[in-house]
Amino acid sequence: MDSSTSKPAAYPVHFIRLGLILLAFGMLFGIIGGLQYVLPGFLKEILSFERTRPLHVSSVLFWIILTATGGIFTYVQEHSGRKIHSALLLRIQFFLFGISTVLIMACYLAGMFGGREYWEYPPYLSIFIVAGWILFLINFLRTTGSFKKQPVYIWMWLTGIIFFLFTFVESYLWVLPYFRKNIVNDMTIQWKSYGSMVGSWNQLIYGSSTYLMCKISGDRSMAFGKKAFALYFIGLFNLMFNWGHHIYTLPTHAYVRQISYAVSMTELLLLGRIIWEWKQSLGSAQKFLHLSSYRLMLAADVWIFLNLLLAIGMSVPAINVYTHGTHVTVAHAMGTTIGINTMLLLAIVTDILFPKQPGSRNGNTGFWLANISLLIFWLSLIIAGIWKARWQMSINPLPFSSMMQQLRPFFMVFLISGTTLAAGIGMILFSLFKKNRHVASNQDIQI
Amino acid sequence: MLQDRAKYSIAGILVATFVGYSCFLYADLPVKNQAVLQAAEKGKMLWQQYNCGACHQVYGLGGYLGPDLTNSYSKRGAPYIRAFLANGTNIMPNYHLSETEIRELTEYLRHLDASGISDPRTFTIQNNGFINQ
Repeated sequence: MDSSTSKPAAYPVHFIRLGLILLAFGMLFGIIGGLQYVLPGFLKEILSFERTRPLHVSSVLFWIILTATGGIFTYVQEHSGRKIHSALLLRIQFFLFGISTVLIMACYLAGMFGGREYWEYPPYLSIFIVAGWILFLINFLRTTGSFKKQPVYIWMWLTGIIFFLFTFVESYLWVLPYFRKNIVNDMTIQWKSYGSMVGSWNQLIYGSSTYLMCKISGDRSMAFGKKAFALYFIGLFNLMFNWGHHIYTLPTHAYVRQISYAVSMTELLLLGRIIWEWKQSLGSAQKFLHLSSYRLMLAADVWIFLNLLLAIGMSVPAINVYTHGTHVTVAHAMGTTIGINTMLLLAIVTDILFPKQPGSRNGNTGFWLANISLLIFWLSLIIAGIWKARWQMSINPLPFSSMMQQLRPFFMVFLISGTTLAAGIGMILFSLFKKNRHVASNQDIQI
Repeated sequence: MLQDRAKYSIAGILVATFVGYSCFLYADLPVKNQAVLQAAEKGKMLWQQYNCGACHQVYGLGGYLGPDLTNSYSKRGAPYIRAFLANGTNIMPNYHLSETEIRELTEYLRHLDASGISDPRTFTIQNNGFINQ
């Protein structure tokens, strides 16, 4: 477990580096997309919104997937004390993920689509991702070896890898006419897969953050306890069955809605646990606050609380009917991908590239700039969403374009805070890259 | 500390339930009568090829830059839709669609319209938090 002095292995670090580059692209396309909200028709002929949006979303998704992969490969070696089972499979996986990322971005820039939300690229490119993911599973299983008496993070990683593979393939069932012919059938299966897929990458990231927490505190017992496994099984239960809260207003089976509503409410247990343990976590916060990676995890904890509150509210059909299709949903998506996933991944990146190092001045400024900006960004989306909810529930609604015009001030705040948020993350990244150069020049690379 | 046997049992029950639920749903899709015009099917593929979902929503899912188009066919009518598709707007680019493509996309929007109502005002809220249409 104690690997603070070990050198990062090359290929896992390559995954992380590629992930960081994609995060930078994601932020750039996010700002362009924000400008297109505020300045209607901006870059309409060169880079219209139907290109900007997938460029932004896919960049961020690949940042999550690639960095989570790099993190798991690093930590599974540290945990098991063994090298990765097959360096060749790892290289092939990196090549498959890398080539698919480049081809997908090129397709978007050229306006070549054919897929659906999140995976808008021509569907055949997904073969690279599936193939790479199968290699990931093989390498993970063989590196871990025995699954007897393993801590909760091993279970989380395995769950994340298997369920991502399953849900990713499931999200392509639409290529079969049986699933795609009717729009209600198609959307039911589409959101079944998407809902669980988000849960699966959360398992990958939360597994690594649990490992990191054990590593920082030097206390592995928390990863073996009954409470850790109880929380894991609640997460798994929600991953499998709460997806229907995305489609409450779709005329699908009533039981899909009922099951999802009931299952989603079990997240109240997670919320209760955060409140219950708040004081205790403040105690450990003071102990480790000097570590950049710990501070990022602490920020993610606050974002987990805020977004869980929002998610539970949105999972009640009576509330969801107001928030569905509004920017409240966007606030939740941004709050989770940036506030939780990105903060945790940055913590993992910091730990892997610069173990046990205190934060730099640039990094600290970036940390606060990013988090304060994200709060403003998140609130502006929620307020815009409430405004839109009022509009869509009014008896005589204004034309859509007039409603969007009314939302413009919120979009301005969203754009400005989004830009400062990107600057904040950029400052954190800049300090990492600066240190990375230093590390690279002083270390041999393994594998 | 939880014993491995207990962990495997809980995970096994959850996975078996999940697999069972998934298979049941695949076999019991919500809409049984799947008669769809070929033009509407082609229109759906065009919807994906032009990535219309980046800006527009269907049942409140999709993009936020343009309006939800689930019931645009009955609200606006085919000629209005065709005019938008043929010319674009100050925000939506003109995709220079062919007559066939415009017809297929319009047919897809007709299929969408016939599938249900997405307007949230049509739902009634129950005391237990459920909604009904």
